[in-house]
Amino acid sequence: MGRYVGTSVKRREDPRFIQGKGRYVANLSLPGMTHVAVKRSPYAHARIRGIDASAALEMEGVLRVFTGQDFKDGGCGSLPCGWLVPDTQVPDRPIVVIDRVRHVGDSVAVVVAENPYVAADAIEAIDVDYEPLPVTVDARGATDEDAVQVHEEIEGNVSYTWGLGDEEACRKAFAEADEVVELELVNQRLIPTAMEPRAAAAQWDAAAEEMTVWTTSQNPHPIRLLLSAFTLGIPESRLRVISPDVGGGFGSKIFHYPEEVIVPWVAREIGRPAKWVATRTESQQTDSHGRDHVSVARLAMKSDGTFTGLDVETWANQGAYLSTFAPLIPTALYITLLSGNYRIPGIYGKVYGTLTHTVPVDAYRGAGRPEAAYLVERLVDLAAARLGRDPLDLRRQNLIPKEDFPYQTPVAFLYDSGDYEKLMGTAAERADYAGMRAAQKQARAAGGLRGVGVVCCIEASGPAPSAVAGSLGSAVGFWESGEIRVHPTGQVSVFTGSHSHGQGHETTFAQVVAEELGVPIESVEVVHGDTGRVNFGMGTYGSRSACVGGSSLVRSAEKVRAKVLRIGAHLLEAAEEDVVYDQDEGRVHVKGAPDRGKAFGEIAFAAYTAHNLPEGMEPGLNFVSFYDPSNFTFPASSHICEVDICPETYEVGIRRYVAVDDVGKVINPMIVEGQIQGGVVQGVGQALTEAGVYSDDGDFMTPTLLEYAPPRADLLPGIEVDRIETPSPHNPLGVKGAGEMGTIAATAVVANAVLDALAPLGVTHVDMPLTPERIRNAVEAARGA
Amino acid sequence: MFPASFDYHSASSVAEAIEMLQKLPDAQLVAGGHSLIPAMKLRAAQPANVVDIARIPGLDGIERDGDDLVIGALATHAAVADSAAVQGACPGLAEAAAAIGDIQVRNRGTIGGSLAHADPGADYPATMLAFGAEITAVGPGGERTVAAADFFVDLFQTVLDEADVITSVRIPAAAGTAYLKHPHPASSYAVVGAAARIAVSGGEVTACALGIGGVAGKAVLADAAASALIGGAASDERIAAASARIGEALDEPLGDLYASGAFRVHLAGVYGKRALQIAATRAAG
Repeated sequence: MGRYVGTSVKRREDPRFIQGKGRYVANLSLPGMTHVAVKRSPYAHARIRGIDASAALEMEGVLRVFTGQDFKDGGCGSLPCGWLVPDTQVPDRPIVVIDRVRHVGDSVAVVVAENPYVAADAIEAIDVDYEPLPVTVDARGATDEDAVQVHEEIEGNVSYTWGLGDEEACRKAFAEADEVVELELVNQRLIPTAMEPRAAAAQWDAAAEEMTVWTTSQNPHPIRLLLSAFTLGIPESRLRVISPDVGGGFGSKIFHYPEEVIVPWVAREIGRPAKWVATRTESQQTDSHGRDHVSVARLAMKSDGTFTGLDVETWANQGAYLSTFAPLIPTALYITLLSGNYRIPGIYGKVYGTLTHTVPVDAYRGAGRPEAAYLVERLVDLAAARLGRDPLDLRRQNLIPKEDFPYQTPVAFLYDSGDYEKLMGTAAERADYAGMRAAQKQARAAGGLRGVGVVCCIEASGPAPSAVAGSLGSAVGFWESGEIRVHPTGQVSVFTGSHSHGQGHETTFAQVVAEELGVPIESVEVVHGDTGRVNFGMGTYGSRSACVGGSSLVRSAEKVRAKVLRIGAHLLEAAEEDVVYDQDEGRVHVKGAPDRGKAFGEIAFAAYTAHNLPEGMEPGLNFVSFYDPSNFTFPASSHICEVDICPETYEVGIRRYVAVDDVGKVINPMIVEGQIQGGVVQGVGQALTEAGVYSDDGDFMTPTLLEYAPPRADLLPGIEVDRIETPSPHNPLGVKGAGEMGTIAATAVVANAVLDALAPLGVTHVDMPLTPERIRNAVEAARGA
Repeated sequence: MFPASFDYHSASSVAEAIEMLQKLPDAQLVAGGHSLIPAMKLRAAQPANVVDIARIPGLDGIERDGDDLVIGALATHAAVADSAAVQGACPGLAEAAAAIGDIQVRNRGTIGGSLAHADPGADYPATMLAFGAEITAVGPGGERTVAAADFFVDLFQTVLDEADVITSVRIPAAAGTAYLKHPHPASSYAVVGAAARIAVSGGEVTACALGIGGVAGKAVLADAAASALIGGAASDERIAAASARIGEALDEPLGDLYASGAFRVHLAGVYGKRALQIAATRAAG
C-alpha cells in the first residue's frame, strides 16, 4: 500500500452530488433554447400510411415538426453497428423511421417547441395512420419457419451465426462421458435503469460553423466519431461532444442513439439551441436492453466428477436493429467465458443473433459474462446433484490450479492470473459453509426450505488489445489516452479518455497520479467527458477504466518523472544517475543526501521558466500516453448465499450474502467495495425481481417502474465483502476490473441457492426472475410429476 | 413526464372546494397528490381543473373520540402510522399506513385521497372494511356518513358524487387488529393486503372481520372465513380452518405480470391467516 494507492480516500465528487450540485445535461439552460420531443410508435410492427401534423403545428409554442424523410433529406445517415462478426447482416436503422416501425418506441416524428409541456401536447396531437402488422418477439421463435420477417432482406431473422471452441474435442467428450447433465434456460431481458434518463442538448455556432453536443454518454469521443463519420456529417474538428455528470449508465449509455443525432440536427436546422430529455417511460422503451438469451446446454463428466465437455447453443435476441456493439456481447464476451474457472477440455459454443420486433439489446452490466456464468454455474449444480456431490467440493475438484496460469482455455482467452482455490476457500471460511450446510439440515428437518448457493465466476475485463478486438469484429480500437499536464506552480491536471458516471474516477485517478508523482492529492484535478479538452479516448465500459485508463496515466506519469528527474539533476548540478526521485516526498535529491534536493513544484516552475534547462530540452511538463493493453484482465469471484423460501407463500428471503472477489490490486478499497455491493444488488435484481416483457403481440408490458422492478434495499441483508489479490501481470497497476464482478456472480449464486432450497421437492430448474408464483408453479408441477 | 395543460385552484375551505367542483368543468380534487399527479404525468388523467384542498385548515387531525378514532381526511399516511393514538387504539390501521408506498409517499399522501381514489392495490380500503370504519363526506347537499362496506363500488369507484369532499374517517378502537401485505416488487401496491379484526371474550371469538385488498377490483370482506372463527377459541387450528374459506370471497381475482389471480387468492389465504393470528394474539392481549 502506498501513500494513496490502496487507501480508502473519500470520493471527491460526492459533495457536489450529495448537495444536488451535479451538472447534468437536463440542467443545461442555453439562451433561446428549444425543446425537442419524439413521437414514438405504440406498435411493435406497423406500416406508416401517413402522418398528419397539422393540428400540432397550429398549437401555440410549436415551432416545427420533422419526419423521417426530413432527416434523410437533411443529410442524416443511419445508425451504424460498430462490431461486425463475419457475415453479419446489418439492418438499416434510420434516425427516424420513414415508412415502417419495428418496435414499440421506434421514433416516428420530432416536435420542436418553446417548452417541454407544449412539445408533449404536440406529440399527442400528431396523427399517425398505422397499418399494424404481425410480429415476432421471441429470441428462439424468431427462427421458426413461419416467423414474421423483421427485415425482408435478412432471411430467417438471423443477423449472424458465430461458433467458437473445439468442436471435435467437444464431441469426443460427450461420446466418452460417464454422465451428462442438460439444461434449457431463458436468461430474461433486463431494462437498464440508470437514475438519470438519457438526454441530449446541442448548440450550433453559425459564425464559427461549430457544433457542441451535450449527451449522457459513457464515451463522448466514439460518439463524436460516429456523429461525424456516419450520422450527422459535421467534421470532428468542428464538433465538440461533452458528457458532463452522468447519473449511471450500466452499459446503456455506451451506444449511439437517434436522439443524439436529432437534437444537433434540429439545432442547426432552426438556428436555436435544442434539448431533449427522456421520460422514464422513453428510457424503458428505447434504451438498449440487456441479456435475453434462450440456451440449450450440456455438461459432460467422468463418474469421479471431472468435467470433460461443454456444449452450448444460444439464441440471442438482438431486437429490431443492431445496436452499436450488439454482436459483441453474445459472441466474444459470452462464448469465450464458457470455461468459467474450470478445466474443461472440450468446449464448443454457438450463438444465433436473432432479430425481433423489440427494442435493441446490447451491453448491460456484465454484458455476456453474467449469461455465461449463470449457464455454467447452473450446470455445475446440476452435475453435483447428479453425482450426489457437494457443489463446493465438485467445483474445487475442477478449478484451474494456481500453477496453471497463464491458462489457455479452449475458447480463446488466456487467463492472466488467479488463485481460485484460495478464493473459494476464503469464501467458504468467511461464510462458515460447513455450518451453513449443518444449519440447512436442521432447517429442512423442521420443514423449512433452506438453500445454500455457491459459485465461482470469471470475468474478462479491461477491453481490449486493439488488434485482438479488430480480429473479432470491432470497428474501433480499445486503448485509452491519459494526459498529465503539470502547471508551472506544480498543480496537476489529469485528462483521461475514461468517463466517470458513478465509478469515482475523479478520486481513484487522482490517487494514482498523486502516488506516481509524489504530490499531494489535493493538487491533482481529473478532467474527463469533453472532447474539447481531452485527447481522443475510448470511454468507460467493460470494467476497463483502471486497467486501461489508469495504465495510460501511469505511463504518462513515468514520462513526467523522467523529465522531472533530468531537470532536477541539472538544477542540482549532479549526474542523473546520482539523483533519486523520492515518490513519498515529491522531491528529487542527491543520492544519500536528502537535504540536497529540489521539490516537485520548483522543478515544474523551472520547466516553464526555461531559464536553466538541460541542453536541448524543450520547456514544459506535459505528457500524453495512449495505452493499448496486451490482454484482458481476468477478475474472479466466489460468492455464497443462504436463502429461506417460505413454504406457504414461496417468497425468497436472503439470509446471508458473502462475496469474495479477486480484482487484482485495489486502488481504493472503499470504492471497490461499493462497486461489488452495487453489482451484487443488480445481479440479485435479475435473479429475483427484474424482467423486461413483451407480449406475444409485441406490446411492451413493462414501460414504467410500476411494472418493472429493480432491486430495492430491503431485498438483501448486509453484503459481507472480502477479497484476495492476485495482481494482473499485464498492466503496471496490477489491477483487474471491479465494476461487473458482483453482477456476474450474484445472479448465479442466488439462483443456485433458491434451487438448492427446492431440491428436496424435486424442482431442478425455474427460469428467472424467481418470483413466488414461478416457484410455486414449479413446486406444484414437481408434485404432480 | 409532462401533464396536459390544466388550471390550478386552491380552496381555503371545504365549502369553497365544493363550489369549485360544482362550477369548474372536469375538475379533480388533489390533496397529497400521490395518485392524481402520477396519473397526470403519464397523461392517464387529464383534468381541465385541479382543486387543491391541501391548505384547508383543520382537516388533518387525528383524535380519540370515546371508543372511536377520528382521522381528518388530510392526515398523511406518515402521521397515521406514527400516531400514538392510532397505534394504541387500532394497531392494524397504523400498520397499514406504515405499509403504504415509501417514505416520500407516506409524507405526502393522505387518507382521504387514498379512499377517494379507491385503487384496488391500496392498503387502506381493506382496513376500512374490516375495522368497521365510517367515512364522512360533505357535498352540495350537506354532510353524509357512509359505512365502508357501502363506500367502495368497484375499481377506482366509490359512492362519492363529483362535488363531494371527504372530511373525516371514524374507526372504532379495536386492540385485536392487524394488517399484513405482500407488496408488488415494483409499485409497492398490495398484491394482497389482509386486515383482520378479532374480539375475544371468555376465550371465545365474539367478533371477527377480515378484509382482503389487492386481489379483486375492490377490497372485499371474507365473511365466510370470519364467521367460521366466531363462537370458538382463536386457536391456530381454528384460524387455519377458517382461513381455508377466504377464497370464497374472491371469485373474481385480477392478475398482472407479477401475480396471477389464482396466485393472489392463494396468497390471500396465507396472509389472511397470519393477520388473523396476530389480531387474535392482540385481542387476547
